[in-house]
Amino acid sequence: MSEESTPLQDSFDGPSSDPAAQIMEASREFGISPEQYMLPAEQQIRLLSPTGELVPEEEQGTSPGHEYPLPDDDLLVRAYEALVIGRRINDQNYALVRQGRLAVYPSSHGQEACQVGAALALDDGDWMFPTYRDTVAVISRGVAPEDVMVSFRGDWHCGYDPQQHQVAPQSTPLTTQLLHAVGVAHAAKLRGEDTVVIAMCGDGATSEGDFHEALNFAAVFEVPVVFLVQNNGFAISVPLSSQSAAPTLAHKAIGYGLAGERVDGNDLVAVLATLRRAVHLAREHSMPLLVEAMTYRMQAHTNADDDSRYRDSDEVDQWKQKDPLQRMQRFLSGRGVLTNEDETRIGERAEEVAAALRATMTTDPSMDPLEIFDHVYSEPTAQLRAQREQLADELARSEEG
Amino acid sequence: MTATTTQAPAKTTFAAALNTALADSMETDAGVCVFGEDVGTLGGVFRITDGLTARFGTSRCFDTPLAESGIAGMAVGMALNGMRPVIEMQFDAFAYPALEQIFSHIAKYANRTRGNVRLPIVIRIPYGGGVGGVEHHCDSSEAYYAHTAGLKVFTPATVSDAYLMLREAVDSPDPVVFFEPKKLYWSKDEVSLDDLRARYDGEPTAVGSEGRAAVVREGTDVSLISYGPSVSAAVKAAEAAEEDGISAEVLDLRTIVPFDDAALRATVEKTGRAVVVAEAQGFVSVASEIVARIQEQCFHSLASPVLRVTGFDIPYPAPKLEEHHLPNVDRILDALDELQWED
Repeated sequence: MSEESTPLQDSFDGPSSDPAAQIMEASREFGISPEQYMLPAEQQIRLLSPTGELVPEEEQGTSPGHEYPLPDDDLLVRAYEALVIGRRINDQNYALVRQGRLAVYPSSHGQEACQVGAALALDDGDWMFPTYRDTVAVISRGVAPEDVMVSFRGDWHCGYDPQQHQVAPQSTPLTTQLLHAVGVAHAAKLRGEDTVVIAMCGDGATSEGDFHEALNFAAVFEVPVVFLVQNNGFAISVPLSSQSAAPTLAHKAIGYGLAGERVDGNDLVAVLATLRRAVHLAREHSMPLLVEAMTYRMQAHTNADDDSRYRDSDEVDQWKQKDPLQRMQRFLSGRGVLTNEDETRIGERAEEVAAALRATMTTDPSMDPLEIFDHVYSEPTAQLRAQREQLADELARSEEG
Repeated sequence: MTATTTQAPAKTTFAAALNTALADSMETDAGVCVFGEDVGTLGGVFRITDGLTARFGTSRCFDTPLAESGIAGMAVGMALNGMRPVIEMQFDAFAYPALEQIFSHIAKYANRTRGNVRLPIVIRIPYGGGVGGVEHHCDSSEAYYAHTAGLKVFTPATVSDAYLMLREAVDSPDPVVFFEPKKLYWSKDEVSLDDLRARYDGEPTAVGSEGRAAVVREGTDVSLISYGPSVSAAVKAAEAAEEDGISAEVLDLRTIVPFDDAALRATVEKTGRAVVVAEAQGFVSVASEIVARIQEQCFHSLASPVLRVTGFDIPYPAPKLEEHHLPNVDRILDALDELQWED
């Protein structure tokens, strides 16, 4: 019998109700038409210039109803700390791959504003569904770096308990996890909980069938899922122009009956403002939203990739000018909310995290090979018990020499 | 159709047994949710979910958009968040869009998370032919799922098992692919639903962690090993063989995963001869696996080669030709003739 026994609502306003009701409500809130609400603003939302100055208000939210107030300074400083630590984690892991200590590491170097924004947009009890490139988001959400890195070191496929952290395993099959996000949100909704789920994928992944099914299911079932597409320009080697003929990926939202927005993904202030509004709307109105964050993958897909075969270093250099760290640092210093002491403290904290990662990842893990049989079923079958004995015998004999 | 109370022995259909098993599971556990295509208002194209929405509400039994990967993927999320989803794939071949979710996630989540997260999902699949169905409505697709570690694969062949095994599938902490032989949906047995309910409440382990095959007909000369839609052909062949003086035992596997090696050994060691009967095409099939296991485990008990009577290695034929494809009594008797009786 199940351990769970949760009273559910007798019915839910799912497929039977008018799916436009929440859209109408939200668009009224912003004083715009449902179409204006669902379509992204004419330009991407940007609050900071590439050099870290606050963009004049009339140029930030580039359409009526798409205005984004500046988040609190406290949150911005916390976000900056996570950004610095996230960059340090990316660079430390990159080095560990080169030293042969990690099997693989898909780095989010350059995309850390999206990573941090995704984690800090959520409240306690909310869920995150990350991809293999979203390690920094998972760590920013509070999972211990050493536990997250277990899968990249190669000792197990996932090193943390997803239900404990409300963070799903980092998904490798593209966009399959977006449907899981819809299911988590739907289960919560049936129980009357207001859990919001952030579901992450990349630009190339929007070509997958499950991307379509997830957006459609989320809209039909009216569940609070925020889909975050990090548009970093490439699916390994293939540019976005070969993936989609849509005006922008954010435009895909309206076809499913949900709202889309496009944001400068290297502007942490704008990412936070956009995602926090999306999370708020999702929770308030129990509806999904799509956010496309424009960013850039500064390094190759993984250590096994050679990006010189498909892009110019000039392009990479141009994106260096829009680096999320220096923008945020200049903005917060200029604003007087980030002191030298803060910077020293944050830098030291980042070094501590990196040192802990080095220490853990350069220690060989002690693994029991026999564990490979233990979790396949709740009770190992007779056949798996026999195979376990076989391996145990082989191990015993090899130890005897 | 739900919760029918009658005096035993009543005639109960396979479909009613499944329907009642779902209703009883939903009654017992508020986390059990049934969803898929047409399972709500319509009650499923085979009416297996008939009345569930009316009785339990649209939170517990609901229609989804027409997308099988979406259905399976949503089930993963609901199971992650404390529910026990029972999803319906409308037809065997319509489940293929869901295979990535089933193979890459449903089967692997528990192992991926070191047992931290188990997904108690039941995937119901009406399968097999013999009902005059069109091309994509008649596949025997069990081998794909049985080959994938992490899934349990059940397939009942009797009205009692339809009830008992579905209850157990829903209660299982592991994901179960539950194959329902379409041609048995309207078969009847003299068993009352109340008796089945009492049996399940008394001992909710029709299958257990090891699998539990059933000897459905005792015999001494040869073992006919079968499951799901082919068991009835095996039993009929055994009855016909009796007239020729051959005593055939029939073993109904009931579950392909877990696989009951002990029951397989017991019958083959007893009779010394075996024919595997299964509707799926034979090449790289569950039938192949059974033959391999017999020769590995029972070689010294065998008096003749182990044979298979399976579907041919063809895409499922058109309705007017399916009788030539499906294992039938004559083909099984022909196989029995080849078992080197003169030795």
